[in-house]
Amino acid sequence: MSALTLYDKVWQQHVVRQEDDGTALLYIDRHLVHEVTSPQAFEGLQINHRPLWRKESIVAVPDHNVPTTDRDQGISDPVARLQVDTLDQNCDSFGLTEFKMNDRRQGIVHVIGPEQGATLPGMTVVCGDSHTSTHGAFAALAFGIGTSEVEHVMATQCLIQKKSKNMRITIEGPVGPGVTAKDIVLAIIGEIGTAGGTGYAIEFAGEAIRNLSMEGRMTVCNMTIEGGARAGLIACDQTTIDYVKGRPFAPAEEYWDQAVAYWNTLHSDAGAVFDREVVIQGDSIQPQVTWGTSPEMVIPVNARVPDPAQEADQVKSDGMQKALDYMGLKAGTPLNEVFIDKVFIGSCTNSRIEDLRAAAQIAKGRRVADNVKQALVVPGSGLVKQKAEQEGLDKIFVEAGFEWRDPGCSMCLAMNADRLEPGERCASTSNRNFEGRQGQGGRTHLVSPAMAAAAAVFGYFTDVREVELLN
Amino acid sequence: MQKFEKFSGIVAPMDRANVDTDAIIPKQYLKSIKRSGFGPNLFDDWRYLDPGAPDIDNKTRRENPDFVLNDARYRKAQILLARENFGCGSSREHAVWALEDFGFKVVIAPSFADIFYNNSFKSGLLPIVLSHDQVDQLFTELFDQENYQLTVDLQNQLVSNATGSQMSFDIDEFRKYCLLNGLDDIGLTLQHAEQIKSFEQQYYQQSPWLK
Ligand code: SF4
Repeated sequence: MSALTLYDKVWQQHVVRQEDDGTALLYIDRHLVHEVTSPQAFEGLQINHRPLWRKESIVAVPDHNVPTTDRDQGISDPVARLQVDTLDQNCDSFGLTEFKMNDRRQGIVHVIGPEQGATLPGMTVVCGDSHTSTHGAFAALAFGIGTSEVEHVMATQCLIQKKSKNMRITIEGPVGPGVTAKDIVLAIIGEIGTAGGTGYAIEFAGEAIRNLSMEGRMTVCNMTIEGGARAGLIACDQTTIDYVKGRPFAPAEEYWDQAVAYWNTLHSDAGAVFDREVVIQGDSIQPQVTWGTSPEMVIPVNARVPDPAQEADQVKSDGMQKALDYMGLKAGTPLNEVFIDKVFIGSCTNSRIEDLRAAAQIAKGRRVADNVKQALVVPGSGLVKQKAEQEGLDKIFVEAGFEWRDPGCSMCLAMNADRLEPGERCASTSNRNFEGRQGQGGRTHLVSPAMAAAAAVFGYFTDVREVELLN
Repeated sequence: MQKFEKFSGIVAPMDRANVDTDAIIPKQYLKSIKRSGFGPNLFDDWRYLDPGAPDIDNKTRRENPDFVLNDARYRKAQILLARENFGCGSSREHAVWALEDFGFKVVIAPSFADIFYNNSFKSGLLPIVLSHDQVDQLFTELFDQENYQLTVDLQNQLVSNATGSQMSFDIDEFRKYCLLNGLDDIGLTLQHAEQIKSFEQQYYQQSPWLK
């Protein structure tokens, strides 16, 4: 048999049938559900009197709309409340596993899936959310789908899909100190562009990727979609297996060895052919900051805001100028002269315990700068929050002047009360810097958790590698 | 789903690259639990000068006179002419629903984001990929001519202008078949229910830990 890529292997395992033109019916193992993209799907099932094909495959959680303060008082926005209530009702009436808003296990869908062991190596994982790519960190084929497809999976356990092409992005050698998973993925997007991965499944490989913890790998895969690819994958290794072991949804003891034996095959074969290969040197990657309104508009923290006049492609140059105008920035400005108004540490990209530790390390013994009006820390799940509190991270944050919140998507997309006001500039650990993403007129700069914490305490973008750690 | 029939319609220009789904339908409107009614909030941030929310009546908001869809010529447009990577960003199908609710049946661009492209077919919106040069040419024609219209013929995979000059486009056979016949994916898949069941039997035997 010919050498296969990791993506080929997982794909092949799940093909139920295939048409002559390559359209396949792909079997889905895990279906994650949240309140925003599911109501119309449940409604469709009910209208057509269709049962759920396999309800055990579903894990549901409200996350986008939930408040991050005073949760015991419920949701004050009636429209958001209706959406969360609708999810609760649907899950109750269909008999689904759901972590409701006040359950300790509640959190951002892409944080709780892995945390519960509901994401396993070799699975196909879908969710009505583009950052489902996160779960590819487990050598799973995971991608976001639209609401019609949510309904399709609910009714048939399958999706109609065509296979993507294979791309491998290799980070050669280690990255330097202070350079995190977030910087790696931002640098990748800067390199390939936001449409660079369109039509591909991307495998991330190389020493710097292998060296990452599972949480770091999730950060990288999370932003695959910002590089245009629906799915990003990383080979299974001991790090993966150790992470999964003992989690609530992990395989039962009697099947564990059998599962691990299979998981150990989940890597690209030597000699597997990729349609496109990209190689980046690990030591070339610096801490990154986005300057524009697309994640590809990214530069190292010690660089200057680029000049549209230097760009030959007219459409691109216009796009850059529009972005600068929106962001209120001038070409040539060094980033350490850019002052910020708010800081957001959270989102499915960077709200896990290691992210909070990295941010707390910088915040420790310092105070949020005077020009920073608000600095939010929003843990990815109730369990992350609990762990952080056991470690005393909440105290470090609160003493430094950060707000310590309840888990949810929060200011990543500002569907709840947490948002930017027009013109406000934010250092954010989330994944999208589109116009208005964090609130109408808001200006988002994407950074790593440590960089966000540094921006909070200095008030402007600062290279974390130059920040001394205090005790 | 309605059958997709040959039609001629007004073309509106969306002359910028990387139009993302947040721009197409901002998140505050995703709180709806319905599929319809998103049209008035299509491109909401660009379309109005005053901020909007689900409980604000759009009629009370000032329109942005500089935004293309507020131009009287394009209010009844059915075809959107766009640039690279249209529909990037989130997986929200609401973006497709909003375009359709406004009245668009077709989006023409040199490239689309994968999820958006896929979602479009599920609700009967036809995304057409033409080359950069072809799209450039259409933009030029559109800006040069009053009342610019195109005819879209899915059966023959052709886009033609009033003078009869034609451009052909590619489309997956299965998707074309579904659009032309207004077929629902779920019904089609359930025709293979037995095959899915026998797949499952073998699959769970092989991977019992997933059961
Ligand atoms: S944290 Fe942000 S990107 Fe992640 S699921 Fe929530 S809204 Fe989407």
